[in-house]
Amino acid sequence: MSLMNYLLLSAVLFSVGATTVLVRRNAIIAFMGIEMMLNATNLALVTFARINGNLHGQVLAFFVMVVAAAEVVVGLAIIVAIYRTRRSASVDDVNLLKDVRDPA
Amino acid sequence: MTGIFDTPQVDWALVAPVLVVLGAAVVGVLLEAFLPVVARRTAQVALSVAATVGALVAIGWSWHRLSGVDAPTDLAGLRPGGRALYALTTESGGSLGSLVVDGLTLVSQALVVVVALLSVVVMADRTATREDPFAPMVSAVPGSQYERLAASRGLAQTEVYPLVLFATGGMMVFSATADLLTMFVALEVLSLPLYLLSGMARRRRLQSQEASLKYFLLGSFASALFIFGAALVYGVTGSLTFDEIAAATVTPNGLDKLLVVGVLLLMVGLFFKVGAVPFHLWTPDVYQGAPTPVTGFMAAGTKVAAFVALVRVVYVMLPGMGWDLSVLVWTVAIVTMVVGSVAVLVQGDIKRLLAYSSVAHAGFVLTAVAAGWGTGETAVVGPWAVLVYLLAYALATVGAFTVVALVRERSESGGLTGEATSLGQWAGLGRTNPVIGACFMVFLLSFAGIPLTAGFVGKFAVFSAAVSGGAWPLALIGVLASAVAAFAYFKVVVLMYFPARDERPADADEVGAGGSVASQTGAVGTATLARPKTAAVVATRGCATGVIGLCALLTLLLGVLPGGVLTAISNILQ
Repeated sequence: MSLMNYLLLSAVLFSVGATTVLVRRNAIIAFMGIEMMLNATNLALVTFARINGNLHGQVLAFFVMVVAAAEVVVGLAIIVAIYRTRRSASVDDVNLLKDVRDPA
Repeated sequence: MTGIFDTPQVDWALVAPVLVVLGAAVVGVLLEAFLPVVARRTAQVALSVAATVGALVAIGWSWHRLSGVDAPTDLAGLRPGGRALYALTTESGGSLGSLVVDGLTLVSQALVVVVALLSVVVMADRTATREDPFAPMVSAVPGSQYERLAASRGLAQTEVYPLVLFATGGMMVFSATADLLTMFVALEVLSLPLYLLSGMARRRRLQSQEASLKYFLLGSFASALFIFGAALVYGVTGSLTFDEIAAATVTPNGLDKLLVVGVLLLMVGLFFKVGAVPFHLWTPDVYQGAPTPVTGFMAAGTKVAAFVALVRVVYVMLPGMGWDLSVLVWTVAIVTMVVGSVAVLVQGDIKRLLAYSSVAHAGFVLTAVAAGWGTGETAVVGPWAVLVYLLAYALATVGAFTVVALVRERSESGGLTGEATSLGQWAGLGRTNPVIGACFMVFLLSFAGIPLTAGFVGKFAVFSAAVSGGAWPLALIGVLASAVAAFAYFKVVVLMYFPARDERPADADEVGAGGSVASQTGAVGTATLARPKTAAVVATRGCATGVIGLCALLTLLLGVLPGGVLTAISNILQ
């Protein structure tokens, strides 16, 4: 069934995105991984809408796009603020908050 | 119905609580654009308070209407046969699940709105230091000339209040929806403002920005998992509304594996929001870094909304998958209770201590969620216990974080500066500030579940629900875990009232951090010597003390005379 291929592609893209978030150190790249997960979801939603023969999935895909756009606005604002403070966007550098002892 | 656009009939009175809050948030954004700087703060605070009070009135009206529905309808409410009103219906009279007003919705919305109201009052309190808890200009680089200029001009980041209202609106919808699309949008509407709010602290701005980044990356990762799960569930069932999904998942079909994966991903998203182990790692960092009034708001509000959403997903959307889900919920509940309670023991920072305490509480609530896969009478005991526990938890949490916001470090010159969050600095606080100390003790006792406080009623409700639902091993582990956590709370009480005679900072830190941690961190121990060792409660210039007093009073009242409230919640859930 050819529609299954789209689902496979979507699963692969989702996994690549998730791996990117977990592995990459640059906050912007990690964030791109999240966007990739959302877009993989869109592909799955549209394919499922086709399989199920109704429009709910396509409608939800639009909402996911809007949410992704809103997330970019908030996310980039936070990452830029961090970058201007520390001159680094690496997620390894933000290490003040930890369990061992409250930092001064 | 497919293919034809069916205009929904909106019952505006039922949507009103959400509309008032979100509408006020939009007006707040406009005020930000059009009002002169001097007038903004007053206007925003007044607007937020008015919006939350207005929403409470609207919720009261909905409550009245729902009580008037006598015969349980056959529509899918909390359980098949439960009372529910639908805010949106099709012309032909069918129900749309986007906004369901049932007992679960009303109690959680009321709770969220009260939490928001109290938090706004605390946020607006400038205290005797005449400073907001928020940075004067969040976009300015910490320590820069620009920031100093903004501070000297007395600027204030008044966008905080609309952001709080947006988050509140999101929480209200999140707990009221029986539809995956609306649930996803509500999840984002409640999360995005919180990501921003946690990065706005006036002091320790690096920590605050770090909290914001961590919360954002992990939170949006979790919501991406959630929406992919929703996509898979939609793929298998062909619908996004809970009642249709419930109908489609009762009988097994060929795509069951996909459904299980989808449901697991959905649950991960929800577990992240409630802060259950192993998805709790953001909690201590974000709670510590965020401005303290914001921490109180999100600790109480998000937990209420997310748990109610979780209950709805488990009970309404997937009643047919009880067997698959109960394994998951049992496991997560046990791990959460154990990890949360043990981690509370070794914290040296009061905000982290409260954060791990909230993780442990998530575990206790989960025992009630796990309990309720019964039929008939027991089906409503689980949700009822969840709401009772959340009520007790929310009151104590808002109060406790307000106390933390008022306990400040004393600098060399004797002035009060940032918050004294290191436990060592809290030594003897109960003696120097008897009233605030007593209130904080009430909150800690409530967290510990000591009789005559609301926490005891909550713990009794969840554990008895677990036992009646056949989940007695969970109740047993819960009782043991709360005994462990109680030790940590008593340690703080002892520290506040009976500090060691020798109050050298190193010793005080050891008392706070616990022996095992102190030995690991000997190398960094010297760094803490630079911090002021004494702390004092700053005088308020607003109503923060009133909030503390009110929370303590209600906590005690609910502990001594729980009957009325428990019956009211039980009645509205029937």
